[in-house]
Amino acid sequence: MEWTDAAAAEAARLGDQHAFRVLVERHSHALFRLAYRMTGNEQDAEDLVQETFLRAFKQLKNFDGRAAFGTWLHRICVNRSLDSLRARKTRKEVSQPVAEDAVNWLDRVATPQPSPERLTQSGEIAGLLEPALQQLSESERTAFVLRHYEGQPIEEIAQTLGVRTNAAKHSVFRAVQKLRRALEPAWGAAK
Amino acid sequence: MKHFNEEELVEGYYGDGQLDAHLAECPECRARFAALSEMLDAARNYPVPARSSEYGSEVWARLAPRLPRRKRWFRSWGFQWALAPALAALLLVAFVAGRFAERHSSDSATVPAGTGISEKARERVLLLSLSDHLERSQIVLAEIENATPGRDEFSSERDRAHELLGANRLLRQTATRLGDVADAALLDELERVLLDVANSPSTIEARDLERLQDRIGHEGLLFRVRITSTDSRERGQKL
Repeated sequence: MEWTDAAAAEAARLGDQHAFRVLVERHSHALFRLAYRMTGNEQDAEDLVQETFLRAFKQLKNFDGRAAFGTWLHRICVNRSLDSLRARKTRKEVSQPVAEDAVNWLDRVATPQPSPERLTQSGEIAGLLEPALQQLSESERTAFVLRHYEGQPIEEIAQTLGVRTNAAKHSVFRAVQKLRRALEPAWGAAK
Repeated sequence: MKHFNEEELVEGYYGDGQLDAHLAECPECRARFAALSEMLDAARNYPVPARSSEYGSEVWARLAPRLPRRKRWFRSWGFQWALAPALAALLLVAFVAGRFAERHSSDSATVPAGTGISEKARERVLLLSLSDHLERSQIVLAEIENATPGRDEFSSERDRAHELLGANRLLRQTATRLGDVADAALLDELERVLLDVANSPSTIEARDLERLQDRIGHEGLLFRVRITSTDSRERGQKL
């Protein structure tokens, strides 16, 4: 029997772990993509997927079905990601400079040998994107990821961030401005 | 001519603004918008490490041991006391079900003399008893479904399944007699699982536990038991 998210969530709320397993298997990929874009770190993203499902299971009694289950899960994941970004920022301030992470990320995404594709504009942009995203504030990064990659409407982003619609809109704009400034040199050179 | 500022162009890119008319007649804004769009389009190419098609199962395998388990309240002293009303309810069901089925088969419109209980009241008792029975059954089923393979102690589940079988049989026969096909079919399916559990040894091997878990998970038996339990309680309370 193919369960809808709503039916599986209701069964899981009543303690049926099999129903919760259905939800985990259904939503893991999308949550990983979101968590990775939020953090830019594979291990952090893996941990966030686990933490999101764990928290969702514990809070199922609060899921009232007004939003889709996937939306509710995404919101939990974003909130956990924000906590993770803040914690990482605190650790970084104490231990290592931001640029070091950026270099590591570039090493990971770069192919071992330069290929023609690597030299295209989009390849250049992809390689520079994570270091640029790391320069954004948590709310700017969240707003940008949700708007640009998840296609969420501004009202929903505002709700997730707990701010007014205009503030969410402005966060997206500031994120785009900063990314543009960071990417412009490579973009211009490639052109 | 008033040109768009950068914020308006960004909003336009995400479909929140009305840019088309102005862009059609303003080459300057059109060029700025094209440059912005090109950069943002390229930024969509953000590499996310691939995950296998089994990723969901892998996440579950890591998650399952971390999920909080239900308190095994039935092993506490409270449960011993809870058994008393359950047994009383079983006796009541036996009495009411018998009278109710008898009444339906004779198709009489009057309350049989001496029963002292109306048809509506009997139906209410039956529905609430069915709900109560299904609720007790689902606890046993959920315990089995959530049990970790490799755990061998099974006597508690076996004993409780044995206790539930009598009431289940009675309720199934009543549902069949009353022509309640859906409830009868569910109780029949439940009875076969309870019978298997009741006939299991007090220690159970991993493969036998997995077989039982498969049967419970088959076509969402646990879910249907829960839904019917809730539905019966609501119907009974309305009477």
